[in-house]
Amino acid sequence: MQWETVIGLEIHVQLATKSKIFSGSSTTFGAEPNTQASAVDLAMPGMLPVANEQAFRYAIMFGLAIDAEINKRSVFERKNYFYPDLPKGYQTTQLAEPIVGAGHVDVQLSDGSSKRIRIHHAHLEEDAGKSLHEDFHGMSGIDLNRAGTPLIEIVTEPDMRNSEEAVACARKLHAIVTSLGICDGEMAQGSMRFDVNVSVRPKGEDKLGTRTETKNLNSFRFMERAIKLEVERQIELIEDGGSVTQETRLYDGDKHFSRAMRSKEEANDYRYFPCPDLLPVVFDDDYIARIKADLPELPDNRQARFIEQYGLSLYDASILSAEANMASFFEAVVKACDDAKLAANWILGELSARLNSEEQSVSASKISAVQLAALIKRIKDNTLSSAGAKKVFEALWNGENNDVDAIIEANGLKQVSDTGALEKLVDEVLAGLPDQIAQYQEADEKKRKKLMGGFMGPLMKASKGQGNPKLFTEILIRKLGE
Amino acid sequence: MSIQQSDVEKIAHLARLEVSAEQAQRLTKDLSNILDLVDQLQAAKTDGIAPMAHPMDAEQRLRADTVTETNQRDALQSVAPAVENGLYLVPKVIE
Repeated sequence: MQWETVIGLEIHVQLATKSKIFSGSSTTFGAEPNTQASAVDLAMPGMLPVANEQAFRYAIMFGLAIDAEINKRSVFERKNYFYPDLPKGYQTTQLAEPIVGAGHVDVQLSDGSSKRIRIHHAHLEEDAGKSLHEDFHGMSGIDLNRAGTPLIEIVTEPDMRNSEEAVACARKLHAIVTSLGICDGEMAQGSMRFDVNVSVRPKGEDKLGTRTETKNLNSFRFMERAIKLEVERQIELIEDGGSVTQETRLYDGDKHFSRAMRSKEEANDYRYFPCPDLLPVVFDDDYIARIKADLPELPDNRQARFIEQYGLSLYDASILSAEANMASFFEAVVKACDDAKLAANWILGELSARLNSEEQSVSASKISAVQLAALIKRIKDNTLSSAGAKKVFEALWNGENNDVDAIIEANGLKQVSDTGALEKLVDEVLAGLPDQIAQYQEADEKKRKKLMGGFMGPLMKASKGQGNPKLFTEILIRKLGE
Repeated sequence: MSIQQSDVEKIAHLARLEVSAEQAQRLTKDLSNILDLVDQLQAAKTDGIAPMAHPMDAEQRLRADTVTETNQRDALQSVAPAVENGLYLVPKVIE
């Protein structure tokens, strides 16, 4: 039987506010446990929430970016459940009246087509703390620094039909929130977390199959693999005469294995009700219009601009424009070296290879945009050969020195482009190679090209690798033709 | 009785509150009385009236995004039953 996969996503996006959504505690990542957990975050008796305007502003920015309706009136509700990293016993969230209504994103697929994914809504809520289960004499350790960090939860419609579409949608949302500057996008730190709802149904069937939810995926790669694994599991289950149980599953990316979380009989009995501690939040049209007027450039617009302004190919432009950090790095390099083509080549080549192998984003690059631009300038003015440039890149990356010119000097990488000096070297080398010269002069055009290598080797050696190969070739052709 | 003792026991369990059978019996009676009062209110005609999210007809005031809290961990943890390495310790909750 032919099966069709149906996927919907729920995405938790940590908003890049300085303080929490309902308290004045800092949201800085990586602080000592519980040093950013105030009496409000700990739900001490008598504490009351005071909502952070910036969280709303960010949520509205997101809504405008996905062409969604902004609900001018939104209401917080209590989602009640017991867990020690949720000290209040409820999560303050939005249900019936979320800040962001229905919208959509368009994603590019590898076959060149594009697909529209509908967003059901996005709502504001608070994050929970973290539970650590290892090695506390049979107890669990609770860190509440994250408790109260503002989130938007983005809920898509079940519009995706395979893992590629789901990952493309996730990447697009990542690009949008980072371009807006409302989230740092650091997935390894949990700044964006994906829950994936997957079901399968016989092709042609309208009714949706029973879905499972795989929670808390924090990389695109794990997301793709978790979806494929779950689709296989469901199809196998049904083909073996079984049926899919609606359940929450956990995926272990390192072991490529998933399991059902222990199902609770009272699952989803959240007893939502409007939070009496918070009044409805209301914005007027002016407020929203002002945010719209100040909206930063979105990935789709930036991609078009990169093609237009810098003459990049669609492929190069799509990669360089997707992430705000990458885009601004690229533009900083271009601004400083005035060569978009070389900048794109070095960023997509050497730099990306390095970042990928160290699993880092461009914000963690060990080479700054200014340094890369300085390196490119030395390629442009013929100081560096491409081999020499790679050596300088190495030295910069390894932190041997942070000045391009100093590295060139210290390692003798300066290309000799003084024609007089090069001519002299060519004369000297040619004087010792009469047989090769004769061979060259008898050869036809095609063969001559091959024979050039026999001269270039000794020439580079004689110049200690510093002769400009382009100039050497020019001089050689001229001299050998005489 | 608008609710059963089993409802009270279920809600108590969801909130991880320990109530004895005797307490549950009393609570069932008290809560039922409250719910009966609500039932009387339900008799009022509310067709076409949007539900209120809050009894006060007012809007939420918002605060600026600034960090105003300082680290009070030592003071806050002085009342915790168990702490270690800055973490609050609780009975093991892993699934």
